Amino acid sequence: MNKRNHSIAFWAAVVVFLVAVLSMTQIVRNEYPFFAGYVILQFIALAVAWSILGGYAGYVNFGTNAFFGVGVYTAVALFKATGAPLAVQIAAAAVVGMTLGFGVGLLTLRMRGIFFSIATIALAIIIETFVMNWRFVGGAAGIQIQRPPVMAPFDSYVKMLFFVQAILVVIAIAIARYIQNSRIGRGLQALRDDELAAECTGVPTLKLKLIACMISGALISAAGAPAAMYLQYADPSSAFNLSYSVSALAMALIGGTAHWIGPVLGAILLGSTQQLLAVTISSEVNVLVLGIMLVLFVVGAPKGIIGLLRPRYRLRAGGKQ
Amino acid sequence: MNTAAADAPLLRVGTLTKTFGGFTALDNISVDIRKGERFGLIGPNGSGKTTLINCISGALKPQAGSVVFCGEDITQLPPHLRARRGIARSFQIPRPFRSMTVLENLMVGLDFAAAGSAAAEEEIAMSILTRMGLASKAGAASDTLSQVELRKMELARAMAVRPKLLISDEAMAGLSSSEVDEVLDLLISLGEEDITIIMIEHIMQAVMRFSERVMCLDAGKIIALGAPAEVMANKRVQEAYLGT
Repeated sequence: MNKRNHSIAFWAAVVVFLVAVLSMTQIVRNEYPFFAGYVILQFIALAVAWSILGGYAGYVNFGTNAFFGVGVYTAVALFKATGAPLAVQIAAAAVVGMTLGFGVGLLTLRMRGIFFSIATIALAIIIETFVMNWRFVGGAAGIQIQRPPVMAPFDSYVKMLFFVQAILVVIAIAIARYIQNSRIGRGLQALRDDELAAECTGVPTLKLKLIACMISGALISAAGAPAAMYLQYADPSSAFNLSYSVSALAMALIGGTAHWIGPVLGAILLGSTQQLLAVTISSEVNVLVLGIMLVLFVVGAPKGIIGLLRPRYRLRAGGKQ
Repeated sequence: MNTAAADAPLLRVGTLTKTFGGFTALDNISVDIRKGERFGLIGPNGSGKTTLINCISGALKPQAGSVVFCGEDITQLPPHLRARRGIARSFQIPRPFRSMTVLENLMVGLDFAAAGSAAAEEEIAMSILTRMGLASKAGAASDTLSQVELRKMELARAMAVRPKLLISDEAMAGLSSSEVDEVLDLLISLGEEDITIIMIEHIMQAVMRFSERVMCLDAGKIIALGAPAEVMANKRVQEAYLGT
């Protein structure tokens, strides 16, 4: 019963959020809030998606940029080849990201700890090199994208992308929340705590890690897919920029990974700080802020914002939510 | 046919050999464990006891030989599939799921090895905890438990798998003598309900009181197997423990 009320509250909040986003695109004239808001939403989606593998399962993925870049370039290649609409680009990116997650998972998820993380860094470098040499999508020089005309209720493409990214955020959160409350979530938590003990208690650890890696990969790639349309341009060194990995990781850890709300809070906090600093001081300060905050949280609040907000264990103990 | 099935051992370890590089940890071990048996496994440190149960529970794969459980060859199965077939274990050094409460630790086994409805699962988990004398700790974080509570929780978690075979790896190490008796009574009472138990232990009084049969390993070989008193009286066993 408690669980059901939580579900109703959650979906009500989702509807309110999407309606608010949609009405904002209809009312606000200035494009800048959408331009900045898109980035924050993108980071929420990335942090939540990262946390499915990195938080629930404890496998620290440094290859967020690989999945992100693959999402960008799946969309670019598809758009250039067939002129496919945005929704199709995103769906295709999710499928490719999921496939990549499966492959990477099979190859790397037998490795533990730091070895897994290093393997995921290598992955990004390999794929980036491949894309740099792929003429069809512009190679190292990058590619200009001509946006198609904007669709009905929206009067600008950026506003539409803002709404689309909001939907991706909702999808990412809904999936993360579902996993957290299901036995998959319990299994991931068990294997994060102790993989051998989990395996001996009946948890199919490799299968669960693969599922987490595929879902996380699909969501990251999907969140990256609209980026080319957003910038009207794509090039390998920005699409595969390591800063996506660092940001997603930092936001999830700063927010806390025991609950899906953690990465959301972390991304909102860091994302908006970054956007604010980018206009007031300089975009270079971003990285500094990220670093300082990460250090502060690692030292002062290792369980992240949610660890500060609620006493330990209360999150899960009083029944799952 | 029926009688043959009844006589068949629950677990048959056949000519099992496990080496680590040039070191032979288990050398051609064969043993049958009967259904419902309380089986003690002893031997000096490094004699291969834990390696043997790692091979039985699936944490290690042997180089040669087979493990047959309930008539099925499980030598190549990963640990989680063995757990689902009814092999559960505790660990020499407790390995709780630290971010979970005691109850949630048990729910893992119930969720994955013995699936049922969530409400029924919580009830079963609570009844196991009550049995183990841990009911009052159900909501406690597992990393706040004392040593004896941790040991009991490990056994409770193993019980949540609904095992046919329970392997207890030094569940009494580091406990006071009254705590040893407490855990031993628990194990004996579990053995009374048709759960076959293999107990690795260094505390001899416990082994003597618990076991119907005892096997002693030394340097990867079986040096004695039989009734507890017999094994203790065995000269080679005494030599293995005390040196020549």
